[in-house]
Amino acid sequence: MPADTLLATDVSRRRLLAGGAAGLAALGLPGRRASAARPLIVGFIYVGPKDDYGYNQAHAEAAAMLKKTPGVSIVEEERVPESDDVSRTMESMIRLDGATLLFPTSFGYFDPYMLRTAAKYPNIQFRHCGGLWQKDKHPMNTGSYFGYIGMCQYLNGIAAAHATKSKKIGFVAAKPIPQVLVNINSFTLGARSVDPAITTSVIFTGEWSMPVKEAEASNSLIDQGIDVVTCHVDSPKVVMETAERRGIFACGYHANQSKLAPKGYLTGAEWNWITVYRQFIDDALNGKPIPNFTRGGLAEGFVKMSPYGPGLSDAGRKNVDSVKAEMMKGGYTVFKGPLKDNKGNTVIPAGTAYPETAIQLESLNYLVEGVNGAIA
Amino acid sequence: MEALSTVLLAMLAGSLRVSTPFLFVSIGECLTEKSGRINLGNEGVLVLGAMVAYATSYETGSPWAGVAAAGLAGLLLGGLHGAVCSLARVNDVAMGIAIMLAGTGLAFFFGKPYVQPTAPLLPGIPFGFWSSSAQVRNALLVCPLFLLGIAAAVAMEWCFRATRVGLRIRIVGDSQDAALAMGLPIARTRFLATACGSALAGVGGAFLSLYYPGSWNEGLSSGQGLMAVALVVFARWNPINCIYASLLFGAAGALGPSLQTIGITWGYYLFYAAPYVVTLIVLIITARGGRSLRGMPGQLSIGR
Repeated sequence: MPADTLLATDVSRRRLLAGGAAGLAALGLPGRRASAARPLIVGFIYVGPKDDYGYNQAHAEAAAMLKKTPGVSIVEEERVPESDDVSRTMESMIRLDGATLLFPTSFGYFDPYMLRTAAKYPNIQFRHCGGLWQKDKHPMNTGSYFGYIGMCQYLNGIAAAHATKSKKIGFVAAKPIPQVLVNINSFTLGARSVDPAITTSVIFTGEWSMPVKEAEASNSLIDQGIDVVTCHVDSPKVVMETAERRGIFACGYHANQSKLAPKGYLTGAEWNWITVYRQFIDDALNGKPIPNFTRGGLAEGFVKMSPYGPGLSDAGRKNVDSVKAEMMKGGYTVFKGPLKDNKGNTVIPAGTAYPETAIQLESLNYLVEGVNGAIA
Repeated sequence: MEALSTVLLAMLAGSLRVSTPFLFVSIGECLTEKSGRINLGNEGVLVLGAMVAYATSYETGSPWAGVAAAGLAGLLLGGLHGAVCSLARVNDVAMGIAIMLAGTGLAFFFGKPYVQPTAPLLPGIPFGFWSSSAQVRNALLVCPLFLLGIAAAVAMEWCFRATRVGLRIRIVGDSQDAALAMGLPIARTRFLATACGSALAGVGGAFLSLYYPGSWNEGLSSGQGLMAVALVVFARWNPINCIYASLLFGAAGALGPSLQTIGITWGYYLFYAAPYVVTLIVLIITARGGRSLRGMPGQLSIGR
């Protein structure tokens, strides 16, 4: 296999360099690594560019903050596809850069690429963003972390309900995976908690980042009469700009996009990854085990809301603020029975409730009543 | 019926919005291939053009300066391709791939600082002013570059058909022996045709970043330049057909999202494949009866 040959040459070159360095050290020449204590080398892998106004930027901003931490050295690679390429990137970070803690941040990296690489390197720690780590199924040197950003999408939905006049709101989605579906459902449930007549139209683009298709999807939704849009794609830039140009409202996602839509931006659901990474790296520096399964919401500081934009009325702001105050207590419940999906089946029976922490939500596979759209 | 008219309107709007980059790259490639050379590098030129246009528009505040700069960037990169391919025993397909990678690489490298800022965009011409419907007005908001592209295609067809320059390009592309016998400057003709073709492709890139979707980022082209090169075969090396092919491609691309909004939600991956399915069907129909590749210039390296 060409990939393996490539790797083999890389590694032998590395050995050669290491040998050379050892030789220099033996001669008494100052070697950078030889003199100081070896820093903790942490690898970040992104699926897209680091400055995409979205998912990757949210991680990269946290990584940039970590660079100032003494004793920690950060290596990064962006635009790594969810294919064998990521295995190669992980191997080279481990074997060439000496990374001992890896954060492959994209959903598709988890299975099989990260799991396979983790089995090969049992002494390296892997923590994946968004995957569902299970103790009986997955290696102990792997793990996953994620934030309950669906809660913020619920708040987005409340804000949208106060801004919409047509009672039709829209969602540009990438792929129908559980996290995206939770967001669509939360956005809808939030809006319908204010006004049950509101419906959400969803368009799946099928790709995490496809600017022309995202612009087409936004325009199609706006032509249908929706007047508030949000999204779950890697880079919400195009959706926000299209909404602003067509004069409708928008709720942000991943990062603060208020600069892109100064008139129409209501508020937004943002990540706050530094909380998670800081905790992991403190654990690693102090020699404590890094947790395998980490989740948190607004209360834990894993996610946050953008400041309100001018389009949101005072009543809307008060409504969002009061629900947010409830969420800050932790364990808030959006998904509770009786709940029907958009085909009329009861998906959560009366009396059952899934709070934000419920693991069942991470394998959610339906769209709730009030959503126009289908998964397949 | 309302649903049908919605989809048709969306397809019309989509064909007007999405087709322009296809149009520019395909007529540019048409010019190059008519002279007997292939330029696969136009994908790279498209991306570089998009980035240069956005950066120039941001720095100068004038989107039209951006369009000019994109054309110039295309001219230079295409000129490089043309010049290297003029050397003996250089394979234009391989060189084209190198140009494609160089163009995208340059664009990503120099484009980093321009992902975040917002540049002034090209204005649209409101042909839908007569309508009270916001959908119609938006659908008929046409970018001046689209009209420019149509004009360029018509002019190019006329040039090939009725002018001395056009005849010379066709001779160089069709028969090297005849061109030599007539004393035509083969290398120079191909060099100029390649450079000018890429300049057009660069302007197509300006449309992507300065009109629709109207921002610069690294996923902007996602292969549209390569598709446009294929459209030239589909259009049988005729610039007028390039217009139809581009419009058809744009309309087929708008099918997926618009069907989802009216509630046809199954199989959207299939509808996203519609442009490619349409291409296949038309190619099969037009290629029947052994008339395949009719209109192909005789000196193209893939045909020799």
